[in-house]
Amino acid sequence: MRKVAVVGAGMTKFMRRAQETGKELAWETAKLALDSCDLTIKDVDCVVMGTAPDAFDMVHMKSEYLGDGAGAWRKPYVRGFLGGGTGVFTACQAWYHVASGMFDVCLAVTEEKMSSCLPHPQGAFVTCWDQFTESPLGTSLLWFFAWEMNRYMNAHGITQREIAEVSVKNKKNALHHPCAQLPGEITVDDVMNSEIMAWPVKRLDVSPTSDGAVVLVFASEDFAKRITDKPVWVEGVGWCLDTMYIGQRDLYYPKYVEYAARMAYDMAGIKDPRREIDIAEPYDPFSYKELHHAEGLLLCDKGEAVKLLLNGETQRTGRQPWCPSGGALGVGNAIAATGLMKVAELFWQLRGEAGGRQVPGKPRRGVAQAWGDEMQVGTVVVLGV
Amino acid sequence: MSEKIKAWPGTPLSEKDIREKRILVTEWQPNLKYAWDTGAGYGRYFAELKKGKIVGTKCNKCRRILLPARVFCEWCFRTVDEWVYLKDTGTVNTFSVAYTGTAAERLKEPRIPALIEIDGSDGVAIMHLISDVDPWKVKIGMRVKAVWKPKQKREGAITDIEYWKPI
Amino acid sequence: MQRRVAIIGLGYTPFRPITPDVSFKEMMFEAAQRAYEDAGVCPRKDIDAFVTCEEDFTHGRSIFNIHIPDNIGAVLKRLHTLPAESLYGLADAYMLINTGLVDVMAVESHSKASNMLTPNYLVAHAMDPVYNKPLGYNPYFIAGLEMNRYLHESGVTREQCALVSVKNRANALLNPGAAYGDRLSVDDVLESEMMFWPLSRLDMSSPADGGIVIVLASEEKARTLCKKPIWVRGVGWCSDAPSLETREWGEAVYARLAGEMAYKIAGVKNPRIEVDFAEVDDTFGYKELQHLEALKLCPPGQAGFMVEEGATQREGDFPVNVSGGSLGVGRLDEATGLQKVLEVVLQLRGEAGQRQLRDVSVGLAQSWRGVPANSGAVAILSNE
Repeated sequence: MRKVAVVGAGMTKFMRRAQETGKELAWETAKLALDSCDLTIKDVDCVVMGTAPDAFDMVHMKSEYLGDGAGAWRKPYVRGFLGGGTGVFTACQAWYHVASGMFDVCLAVTEEKMSSCLPHPQGAFVTCWDQFTESPLGTSLLWFFAWEMNRYMNAHGITQREIAEVSVKNKKNALHHPCAQLPGEITVDDVMNSEIMAWPVKRLDVSPTSDGAVVLVFASEDFAKRITDKPVWVEGVGWCLDTMYIGQRDLYYPKYVEYAARMAYDMAGIKDPRREIDIAEPYDPFSYKELHHAEGLLLCDKGEAVKLLLNGETQRTGRQPWCPSGGALGVGNAIAATGLMKVAELFWQLRGEAGGRQVPGKPRRGVAQAWGDEMQVGTVVVLGV
Repeated sequence: MSEKIKAWPGTPLSEKDIREKRILVTEWQPNLKYAWDTGAGYGRYFAELKKGKIVGTKCNKCRRILLPARVFCEWCFRTVDEWVYLKDTGTVNTFSVAYTGTAAERLKEPRIPALIEIDGSDGVAIMHLISDVDPWKVKIGMRVKAVWKPKQKREGAITDIEYWKPI
Repeated sequence: MQRRVAIIGLGYTPFRPITPDVSFKEMMFEAAQRAYEDAGVCPRKDIDAFVTCEEDFTHGRSIFNIHIPDNIGAVLKRLHTLPAESLYGLADAYMLINTGLVDVMAVESHSKASNMLTPNYLVAHAMDPVYNKPLGYNPYFIAGLEMNRYLHESGVTREQCALVSVKNRANALLNPGAAYGDRLSVDDVLESEMMFWPLSRLDMSSPADGGIVIVLASEEKARTLCKKPIWVRGVGWCSDAPSLETREWGEAVYARLAGEMAYKIAGVKNPRIEVDFAEVDDTFGYKELQHLEALKLCPPGQAGFMVEEGATQREGDFPVNVSGGSLGVGRLDEATGLQKVLEVVLQLRGEAGQRQLRDVSVGLAQSWRGVPANSGAVAILSNE
C-alpha cells in the first residue's frame, strides 16, 4: 500500500461561540495548516471535509456551503460523515484519497459551528434517534451517556469519584494547550459537587459544546519527503459501525471501537498495543468515555482502565499518556474538529512540537480514536514516525 | 506547535453579544416537516401497541427476538420467521435520573429514562421512561410493568405506554 | 498504476411517486438483498466496506448515519456516509478499492422524497444563511437565473430545452422502473405553468422514491464472482464556487472539470467518439444540454441542435437519458446518480429490455447535487 504522511496542521481556538462563520473558521485554519508546511492551495489536489450534523450550522448540504472556505474551489471535494466519529474518519478518508494513488496532497478539513443552533446545540440531537420508537419520548443525548456510564460502573464496580479523575487529568493537561476552551485545575470534589445533568452524569463530567476547526495536510511518501524531514506516517486506519438497536447489545463495552482498533492495528502490524502504543488520544466527550474507549482500544483489560488512571500510568509523564492534549474535556468538544484535534495532537507530539504538553521520551507511535451516533461508531487512526 | 504558527484564530463571543445583537446576527427558522412511512415492521409494532400488546419478531437462524419489531434480522441479513407476543413487564437494564431537558434546560421534576428488558425476549431492551417511584430508589435489575394510556387515547405509537412503574 | 474495479451487482426498488407500504429501512433492505443476490455475495462475509450517500435534512434525522447499517448488512463492519450525491459514493468506493485495503464494497443510496412535506423549504435551507436566506425566495429561482443565462450564452432556445422533457418523458414509458413516463408535445411543455421564468413546470423533474445498491469489486474478485463485470474506467468529481454571487452561471464548470478528471483516468481523448451513450443530470430540461456541452459530448453551442435533430433519441447517434432521466424516472434526491449508473450498467450488460441500445460498450453517468449546489460527479463505465 502506498505510504501516506501528515505533513502540516493548524487549528483555531475552541470556544463556546465564535464570531467567525463556519466558512471563515474553515478558511483560517486551512490557511494556517498550509502555511505551517510552506504549501499553498495550488499544491492541494483534493479536499475532504468532516463536520458533524448540518443541524448545528443550520445549513442543508453543509459541505457545499463550507467548500470555498475549505479551499475546495474547483477541486475534487467530498464530505464524509460518521456522527461524532467524523473527525478521526476524516483522517481515514484523507488517507485513502492519497493511498489510492489518485492524488498526492489532500487537505483534511474539520469544522464545527455549534453555536448557531439556538436555543442550545444539544437540541439538534433530539431528532437523531429513531423517529418512530425513540424521539417521541423526548430522548435527550445525555440519556445515552448516563445509561452507558451507569452500565459501565455497574459492570465493573467503578465509582463516580474514580471516573471524575479523568476530568481532573484532562482539564489539567489542557492548561498547556493554547487553543483550549476549559482548561483548569479542578478537584474530584468539584466534579462530584457539580450540577447533576442526568445521573450519574454531572456537569464537570461533560465536555463543552464548541465552535472550532482543525485542518491537517496529508501527502504521498514522495511529496512528503520533499517538503519535510519529519513526516508522520499513517500506519493504520479503521472504522466500524454497530447496530442502532441498542436494546440488542450491552452498553458496558464498545465493541465497535475494538473492531475499528483491530483493523488499524492489523494494518500497522501492532500485536501488543499496550506496549507498542506510546500515546493514546481516546475520545472523551464524557469523563467515563476515556476509560470505556481505552478498553475498546485494547490498551488494557475490560474494567481495568480505571486502575491505570488511578496509579498515574495515563498521566502525561506516565507509561502511556492518555489525552495529553487535554481531550474534549479540556480543549472543547467541537465534535468533528475535536476528533481531528486528537490526530493533530499525535502529529505534534510525534514531531516533538507539543510545547508544554510534550510527552517526554521521544514517543514514536500514537493512536487517536473518535466515537459517535447512537453509541455505535468507532473510528481509529494510528500514526507513527 | 510548529514555530511557524504565531497566533491561533478564533474570536470569542458571549451569549449577551448575540442576544443583544452587538454583532451582526441573522436568524432563520427552518420549516422542515416530514411524515415517515412506518412500513410493515413498525406498522404492526404500533398497531399492536394500540391494542395494549408488545410484539417482537424472531429470527430462527440466530434465534434472537428482535425489538422493536422489524421484518428483517440485521445480523443474519434475512427476513424474520415469526411474530412473537411478549409481556408488558420487564427488568431495568440501565437508567438515569435526568434533570436536563432536550435543549439543555433545567427540569424541576427529573425524568427517569431507562432501557427495559422485556420479559419473553431473552434480555432485549426497549427505551422508555420510568415514573411513579422515588428516582433514587431505582436500581439496575429492578422489575417494572408498563402503564398503558387508556384505550381511547392510544394512537399506535410508543407513547401508548405512558410509563413503567415498579412491581 | 490504478487497480481495475468493476461493478458486479446491482439491485433497486421500482421508482414511484409514493411508497407507503415500506419504511425507508425496508426499502433499503429490498434494494440491498437484490444487489447481493445479483452479485452472489453475502454482505456479512464477503463485503469489506459499505458507503452510503445521504443528506441528514433530506431524510429528516440530524444524524441519518445511525439508521443505516442494519438495513444493508453492515452491522459491525466498515461503513461511512457521504453527505453527497450518490455518484460520489461510486467514486469513493473506486478510491478505497484502489488503496488495496478492501476488495469488495457496496454503495447505497435511496430516496423517500414523498416523506418530506416541505421540499422547497428544504432546498431553501441549503442557501447561504447570511447573504441568501434572508431574501426569503423560493430557492428554485436559482435555476431560473441559470437557465436564463445559459440560453443567453449558448443560443439554445426554450423549445430545444422543452424537447429534452418530451424525449425523456417518452423514454420513461419503456422503463418499468420509471414513475413519470408520458407522451408530451413541445407546446405542452412551453405552455405549462410558468414557475421561474424561463423555467416552466414541465421543464422540471418531479420527486420519486426508490432505493439502489451496487456492489463493486477489484479485478481479481470480479473475475471470480461475476460473468459480466462492468468496468469503472474513470471517475471524477468537482466542486465549483458555492456562492451565488461569484459563480459562473452559463457553464457547468463542475461538470467540465469532473469530466476531465474521469476522461483522464479512463484514457478517453475524444469523448464524443469514444463514449457510446450517456445518462446525464436532467433535473431541469436545460441541464441536460448544459451538461452535454460541459462534458464535451457535443461541440460547443451544439447541444440544442443535437436534441432538435434527434441525435440524442434512443435510435439516434448519441442516446442520452434512455432511462428517462430524472424528468422521466423521477428525481431521487441523493440517489439520482446511482439511478444513472443503474441504467448504464443495465445497457452495458444487455439487460435493458425494451429500451436496450445496440452495440454499446462505453457509457457515461453524470450527476449534479441540485439547487443551490455547484458540484457534481462523473463515472465512465465499459463492458470490456
